[in-house]
Amino acid sequence: MRNRFVAQRVGFALLTLAALAVVIPILAVVAVIVIRGAAAINWEFLTAMPRDGMRAGGIFPAIVGTVVLTLGTAIVAIPLGVGGAIYLSEYARDTWLTRSIRLAIINLAGIPSVVYGLFGLGLFVLLLGFGTSIVAGSLTLSIMTLPIIISTAEEALRAVPTEFRTVSASLGGTRWQAIRHIVLPQALPGIITGIILGLLRAAGETAPILFTVAAFYLPRLPQSPLDQTMALPYHLYVVSTQVPGMPPKIQFGTALVLLGLVLSLNVVATTIRSYFRRRRQW
Amino acid sequence: MKQKPHLRWVEFAIESLIRVIGFSTVGFVILIFLFLLREGLPAFAQIDLGNLFGTRWYPTFGLFGTLPLILGSVLITISAIVIALPLGVATAVFIREVAPNWAREILKPMIEVLAGIPSVVLGFFGMTLVAPIVRETFGAPTGLVAFTGALILAYMSLPTIISVAEDALDAVPKMYRDAGLAMGATQWQTIWRVVVPAARSGIVTAVMLGMGRAIGETMAVMMVTGNAARMPLGLDALFRPVRTMTATVAAEMGEVAHGSVHYHVLFAIGIILFVITFLINLAAASTMFRKRRRGGLR
Repeated sequence: MRNRFVAQRVGFALLTLAALAVVIPILAVVAVIVIRGAAAINWEFLTAMPRDGMRAGGIFPAIVGTVVLTLGTAIVAIPLGVGGAIYLSEYARDTWLTRSIRLAIINLAGIPSVVYGLFGLGLFVLLLGFGTSIVAGSLTLSIMTLPIIISTAEEALRAVPTEFRTVSASLGGTRWQAIRHIVLPQALPGIITGIILGLLRAAGETAPILFTVAAFYLPRLPQSPLDQTMALPYHLYVVSTQVPGMPPKIQFGTALVLLGLVLSLNVVATTIRSYFRRRRQW
Repeated sequence: MKQKPHLRWVEFAIESLIRVIGFSTVGFVILIFLFLLREGLPAFAQIDLGNLFGTRWYPTFGLFGTLPLILGSVLITISAIVIALPLGVATAVFIREVAPNWAREILKPMIEVLAGIPSVVLGFFGMTLVAPIVRETFGAPTGLVAFTGALILAYMSLPTIISVAEDALDAVPKMYRDAGLAMGATQWQTIWRVVVPAARSGIVTAVMLGMGRAIGETMAVMMVTGNAARMPLGLDALFRPVRTMTATVAAEMGEVAHGSVHYHVLFAIGIILFVITFLINLAAASTMFRKRRRGGLR
């Protein structure tokens, strides 16, 4: 009789241990990078060009490059992603075509990032002749972020009650008027969350930009959309594996800037979501 | 009341535009596959299959044996899942069934943080901090070995496994739990004998999606596994350097001449990766679609 309660104790203890084994390394990664990276961060590190074969100076061009690439990704991925979500939530009926779109989205989400890199190289860099450029990199990244934006935005649109659309129709509104004036504004916080989650994934990815845009080292900032650029994730790869004698301070500093950028965007996204979920009146 | 003609035209234009955008996702998948085929298929014509699936990868000598790379990917993916499956499912059960509210409030954002860490950052952490620990613990000459890669990959696939497994546990009706408890079973017995088995198919989906994530992971793996293209056979394979398909493409594509045999072979590896992940996701998706049709429960 007592046995099974002992078993329960042991079982729960194991489950707790597993959860700790998941959480502690996460804390360790963040803590180590924050603590060791903080020593490198100062105004010069954030705003100066690299010097001495990147072993000194700052990482300014990499920061600028990542911001530019993320904006470029946003320009393409937001209309396509939100449009796709509107189609799936508002227009699509349950046909084999719709199912194949859902299947395509699941598969896009699962394609390895390096395969996106190959695709971008083949289509944007070589065939369309953009060369290794911000345009080619942004286009590659936007296709990669599409499934994230579509699935989060669709969820947000579906959460808007059907009655809202019915009422709009009963007042003589067209389908698009209902979407434009009622459904989209109501779903906006959820859609923005999805967009941010997609873009931060793009900001942190390395493999898709390896052959489409990333430069090992550029002594100046990119001048046009057809220029190459440095980028934070690739820069971290370069300083941690490609340059011998790199001071750890630079490596941890770069890692911290990248991690800080991505995690703060993450916090913004989840805060928007939970804030509006609480305020929602339906 | 009649609508203004201009309004009807706008409606039509917007609806068509949204339709086109919706279908474009299918177009992208097809486009990606066609491009891989276009650049990768010439490899099959240029070198014979015995070479392409041979055991030696020395591109400078015209040896393009992809077998060590395929086995390298398989070895660390399976090892990663062996680590991540018990850890992930146990954590999901803990979050869904056992944890007090405050613990759940801490755990869920932490796992979202893990999902958000860029793979290059985890790779950097792995090579500077995990690899030395692995080297000292196992007395290997280097810490950049398959095991380190598997460890990092396991944590990278955890967010996927945990969230999908959690959804599966969520879909188990409350009455199953009530029935278990009413029979006099302890909470643990109910979880172990009733809830987890009822969520089995969702857990299988979780593992498959985690595997898809692991086999396609590139940067972290390239940074921590040592990248030696040798056959990962023998008992100590886990503690020797290996090289995966993804790492090979990422490391070598930058240096090959466009249109060379080596270039086409790297695209051929891309085809293999695409097909593997496509099949895994297809299998995962079909269980998800089936679940939806049966109203949430298998």
